[in-house]
Amino acid sequence: MASEEMEQLVRREYKQGFVTDIESDTLPPGLDESVIAFISQKKGEPQWMLDWRLEAYRRWLEMTTPSWAHLDYPPIDYQAISYFSAPKKPEDRPQSLDEVDPKLLETYEKLGIPLHERAALAGVAVDAVFDSVSVTTTFKEKLGEAGVIFCSISEAIRDYPELVQQYLGTVVPQSDNYFAALNSAVFTDGSFVYVPEGVTCPMELSTYFRINAANTGQFERTLIICDKRAQVSYLEGCTAPQRDENQLHAAVVELVALEDAYIKYSTVQNWYPGDEDGKGGIYNFVTKRGDCRGDRSRISWTQVETGSAITWKYPSCMLRGKESVGEFYSVAVTNGRQQADTGTKMIHLGENTRSTIISKGIAAGRSDQAYRGMVKIGSRAKGARNYTQCDSLLIGDQCGAHTFPYQEIGNSTATVEHEATTSKIADDQLFYCRARGIDEEDAVSMIVNGFCKDVFQELPMEFAVEAEALLNVTLEGSVG
Amino acid sequence: MSAPQRFLERLPARSSDEPSWIAARRQAGAARFEAVGFPTRRDEEWKYTDVRRIAEGDFGLAIHADYDRARFDEQRLALDDAHRLVFVDGRFSAELSELDSLPNGASVEPLSRAIDQDAEAIGGALGRLAGVDFSPFTALSTAFADEGAVIRLAPGTAVEKPIYVVMLSRANDVPVMSHPRMLIMAGANSEATVIEHYYGEAEAANFTNVVTEVLLDRGAIIDHYKLQEASLNDLHVASIHVDQTRDSRFNSFNLNLGGALVRNDLVADLNAEGAETTYNGLFFVQGRQHVDNHTLVNHNAPRTFSNENYKGILDDRAHGVFNGKVYVKRDAQQIEAYQNNANLLLSDRAEIDTKPELVIYADDVKCSHGATTGQLDEEAVYGLRTRGIDEAMARALLTLAFAGEVMEQVKLHVIAERVERAVAGRLPERFNLADLVETAEAVQEV
Repeated sequence: MASEEMEQLVRREYKQGFVTDIESDTLPPGLDESVIAFISQKKGEPQWMLDWRLEAYRRWLEMTTPSWAHLDYPPIDYQAISYFSAPKKPEDRPQSLDEVDPKLLETYEKLGIPLHERAALAGVAVDAVFDSVSVTTTFKEKLGEAGVIFCSISEAIRDYPELVQQYLGTVVPQSDNYFAALNSAVFTDGSFVYVPEGVTCPMELSTYFRINAANTGQFERTLIICDKRAQVSYLEGCTAPQRDENQLHAAVVELVALEDAYIKYSTVQNWYPGDEDGKGGIYNFVTKRGDCRGDRSRISWTQVETGSAITWKYPSCMLRGKESVGEFYSVAVTNGRQQADTGTKMIHLGENTRSTIISKGIAAGRSDQAYRGMVKIGSRAKGARNYTQCDSLLIGDQCGAHTFPYQEIGNSTATVEHEATTSKIADDQLFYCRARGIDEEDAVSMIVNGFCKDVFQELPMEFAVEAEALLNVTLEGSVG
Repeated sequence: MSAPQRFLERLPARSSDEPSWIAARRQAGAARFEAVGFPTRRDEEWKYTDVRRIAEGDFGLAIHADYDRARFDEQRLALDDAHRLVFVDGRFSAELSELDSLPNGASVEPLSRAIDQDAEAIGGALGRLAGVDFSPFTALSTAFADEGAVIRLAPGTAVEKPIYVVMLSRANDVPVMSHPRMLIMAGANSEATVIEHYYGEAEAANFTNVVTEVLLDRGAIIDHYKLQEASLNDLHVASIHVDQTRDSRFNSFNLNLGGALVRNDLVADLNAEGAETTYNGLFFVQGRQHVDNHTLVNHNAPRTFSNENYKGILDDRAHGVFNGKVYVKRDAQQIEAYQNNANLLLSDRAEIDTKPELVIYADDVKCSHGATTGQLDEEAVYGLRTRGIDEAMARALLTLAFAGEVMEQVKLHVIAERVERAVAGRLPERFNLADLVETAEAVQEV
């Protein structure tokens, strides 16, 4: 491809970068105990929740920022971040789409998420998170019939305090890591799902996150509980408007699967990656962990990561129940100056537990990408099995791809396999396609999609389509 | 007194004849070691290896090199025509060494003599690759080092017979430490095989801290064997640093059977096109042995190649660590780098921590790594049993076969046989290698 054309494509503007002008009820920047009390009060939380937040905050003060990741970014000034921003009048939130601010709906239109249509057509209940507060929730009634609770975490704290108290922080404790502690102190919203015993959730649950007001870090807290023999598939997708200053995103996601339960958690992440110099993108420091607490339970993480300036994310599984199963399927694409340090942890504690890790990394431009994973087989995890495959594809000679897989194996009956490769798109593959009249860009797209197929086929249908499109957009112009 | 200070207290007084550059380096090493102290498990590089057994120890320095001749002859490798350099607890033994028939252009001598007689020639090379900041142990070595082996090959020199360096560890009244250095300077198109062999008395409980530096000029080829059969109480820390220029080849065989606590660091820098490195490794550990192998290949130039294969067999409550890292520098294109680590766990309480890393900054590369851990294939065991071999024998054969992939790369038959014999003899059933071979041949005939 002509280098001029390539330059042009590399310089493309972030297609989903625009700012919705909705007046926000925003706290001034800064963090101390009074800010936490304000958030808690604003949310109408009970005392135990405030105490829990304050405990997390005090622990956070004693912790230091982790430095082990293969990432390079300036120190974050936590006092320069505003910890609360809510769309206008959070008290009288709209009860249906008709009542939703038309500007907000317009935003979704621009993003290609026609909420009402999509929800109806795809049979997806959407709990749209707009600037930290859930604005609208659909299909609540249908879910209610099945007994499934799907609401914002704030509502859950109010309406189902015993469930929240029982599970919150049991998978990711307050002091788990620096960002989890910060999140525990200041989280403003997120989703809560409870699927009762024996229920298969009648539809796929979906939340579209969207970061808006400038300088507000977004601190989501998601808690999903699947009771015995229950099943749920949860979709998380994100886009963000273009901003100059870095926005911090430190979410925590906790999954609990009891006996024979199955949770499938899929993510498509396309936050603003920063401009061509890497300025202004989202810092995505996320703690995601699933706990296979019951025997034969199963948790499956699928992620397509194309956005953010910095991604620091390791969706993990604690395989405690006998014969429980953990899965991690990931496609991470970095371009421009993006940096990603991502992977998973599979902690095998129960007998005959199994885990599969498939990670596909594509680095282009001047981006840097690392797979960092851990497979730990406890001394009691008899017959545990893991299979890991992580492949990296390098596009261009200015990017980096790294693999840091940790394996700690303490049981002789365990079988652990790890394979990794790093390569570029072979000239003969390209030649083969071009000889058949396929232009280079399409050929690369085909090859890359083929490279990622193992992961895409794990995605729910509508997400898979979106993911492929996203991949093409992200890689546009990176091949020469 | 802190642990580093307690170690540095043992520094002997040096004669004023010692060249000033050595004195300056000793000081730098001591200062660095005192400043950083022993590593802890909080250091990523030492995450799985606890060196408190060393740090809390109190080690003297050996004052003589006496060793029973008959025992030496009985234990050493049966390499009668090798050029031999022998050290006992770090002290040079002229009596046990044998350096008569070296070809022209090759020089093999103890470090103490090289410093005395030819300090200028080795001054630039000694410590160039193993800086005091590489690890606290290289700093400690720099402070203490006064003995070791210096091997120099003039351009075009080929040494046919192996150069055999023996490091013996005695059962002393008080444990001692030694800080031997190995310096190998291979001129253009020279060729040699160098063996470092560590063993000694069964009751020995000493601390060996060895640093090996290998400099390969254009087209030089060095086969390097490190056969570590120290006593089960010995503490052993080693680092091997290799610097390669154009078209040079370095083949490493890192074979670990002994020692209570063993740490090996291998670092090869491939600095010019055509340089090639092969790392072969095998470790077999039992009881409460701990072996940690850290390997690093730096592809600093285009068209450089590396191939690594490490195998571990772990029994009882042994603990193995493998950390293999391949680094490809920006613009170092057309690299091929392959890495494999396979581990066999024979016991429920053995533990292996493995981390094969790739750090790649160039796109036209073929890099892969694989790591597997598991147990013997039960179908293979069954297969052998259907041929009338009892279960223990079947397992022993398959264990040896697992090691075989590395052992068949070993070009020196004496070493291959010794390692296989040791593995067979130390399996729970204490097999005699000859019986095993006989059984294997019988199976093949069937």
